[in-house]
Amino acid sequence: MKEMRVLLQNQGKENMSDAAVYIENGGYEGLKKALEMEGWDVIQTLKDAGLRGRGGAGFPSWLKLKFAYDTQSEDKYIVCNADEGEPGTNKDRVLLSCDPHSILEGMAIAGKAVGARKGYIYLRAEYPQIVPIITHAIETAKQAGALGENIFGSGFEFQISIRSGAGAYVCGEETALFESIEGRRGEPRFRPPYPGIQGLFGKPTVLNNVETLANMSHILRNGVEWYQNIGTPTSHGTKLFTVIGNVAQRGVYEFPMGINLKELIFDVCGGVADGKGLLAVQTGGASGAIINPFQIDIPLDIDHISASGGRLGCGTIFVIDDSNCVLDIVRNNIEFFSHESCGKCVPCREGTRRMYDLIQKICAGNGTVKDMLTIRDLAETVRSSALCGLGHSSVVPVISAMDNFPEVFESHLDGDYCEKCHMQRRVMKHG
Amino acid sequence: MKQEIYSHTTSQSALVRVAEISARYRNRPDKLMDVILAVQKVVPSMAEDVAAVIAREMGLMQNEVYSFITFYGLLSVKEKGKYIIRMCNNAPCHVRGARAVMDAISDTLKIGVGETTQDRRFTVELCPCLGICDVSPAIMINDKTYGNLTYDSTQALIKRYIREDV
Repeated sequence: MKEMRVLLQNQGKENMSDAAVYIENGGYEGLKKALEMEGWDVIQTLKDAGLRGRGGAGFPSWLKLKFAYDTQSEDKYIVCNADEGEPGTNKDRVLLSCDPHSILEGMAIAGKAVGARKGYIYLRAEYPQIVPIITHAIETAKQAGALGENIFGSGFEFQISIRSGAGAYVCGEETALFESIEGRRGEPRFRPPYPGIQGLFGKPTVLNNVETLANMSHILRNGVEWYQNIGTPTSHGTKLFTVIGNVAQRGVYEFPMGINLKELIFDVCGGVADGKGLLAVQTGGASGAIINPFQIDIPLDIDHISASGGRLGCGTIFVIDDSNCVLDIVRNNIEFFSHESCGKCVPCREGTRRMYDLIQKICAGNGTVKDMLTIRDLAETVRSSALCGLGHSSVVPVISAMDNFPEVFESHLDGDYCEKCHMQRRVMKHG
Repeated sequence: MKQEIYSHTTSQSALVRVAEISARYRNRPDKLMDVILAVQKVVPSMAEDVAAVIAREMGLMQNEVYSFITFYGLLSVKEKGKYIIRMCNNAPCHVRGARAVMDAISDTLKIGVGETTQDRRFTVELCPCLGICDVSPAIMINDKTYGNLTYDSTQALIKRYIREDV
């Protein structure tokens, strides 16, 4: 099966952070078209194309733009969420390093659509190597007239600056990200007001994932019809998939939405590494569902995965081989959420901690059936009452594993020997 | 109660540099992250006296600076070594043998997670995903990343840092 490279079409080409090289390769054509259109027409184009957010939730991108478009504020902001914290995901790093201008172009298009003059790229601190690439891209784009005060002579002004994170997963949540840019602890805000009305610095703000913004450039450049013909009826376009874990060929791949998960793992990525068997697959990063090998014959699009209880999320496919234990993976996932919970709301702060303790107890062979019921009860509380997406999604791996792998939990309840969990009894402690 | 780790005494010359950096962004609280990232490069610890200078120069309250630093995983009020080794402990590295890498680090440096060697050269920390899962298990030493590690290659890497001061 061959990849379909739209977002990654410039991967491997040299000097892509140079605006001149990007323009040679057809870059900024989308922005030029957007500059000749009315703001609402740009939003209508994205609506017709059916672009949905690529960060995890799959929210229709045009709606976010519409909320900000409808407000009367003088100052509006476009924010690019490059705080790629989901464990196992590195598509944004690849995209930012091989085609940074497609993101700048997408931000300028979004800016033109809603009437914003300022954009921020919130970049996670774990990617210091990306900073010079984006800085160079912004500078050369200004020289080429694609950013700055008078873009391509249209009179439209758009500036972009970079803001750094400092290692907080929760800052990938939009309101926490705003708090962080404003110079405070990255704790999510209560909503409403929604960011489209009152976001960064209290102004209407549109926040999008790196990949979503890159998609906007390509939609404007190539047209709605072209975009609609890629993917499935409800999820258009291509998607970047990060395939990682115990798989032969790890990496970032681009395919149309709706590619079969089984084919992606076995035909494209060469199957499980080192000749081992497949134990489970987790789609969507640490906050995604863990499924059985017999469940992987499914198309990867936003609605299909949601309907089956999981989430496509950021497109991460985590392959787990049979030398592992599902419970050990769940323990690792919930430990991550418990560590990354910001502590602002009680359900998430305490709930993730308690779930971790109980999973740990079951791992150690000391669990009871009552603990299983308590986990379900806790999970339901956290899912329904946590303040932000971190809490809501932290329960997905736990519950999906309990539903899909009941026999694993039972054998641990019985106190059967588990090599993996036994090894992990020397618990890693956070510093 | 004042924590011992927060009461490190910073040299006067370093505090002057901290003041220089912070004074550029007076009344710009949104620049706090940039200031702290820059300051972290010139002081050994983001201690109380450093926070006081940043707060004074930027027009913030000292507790705002303190709460900011203690929130973020890559910032800390503790004194750190010259090289900060960050080990990913998430599932993608975990299933690829992160345990062996962690063992190699602690066996070589004789310190555990969250600790600093006595000569103040190495600090070992756990860190959520570094975003280089295509080469997991991976670690980050200051700004450099290293992937596809095994027990032996990790040990060789750490030894190179010990010997050569990379």
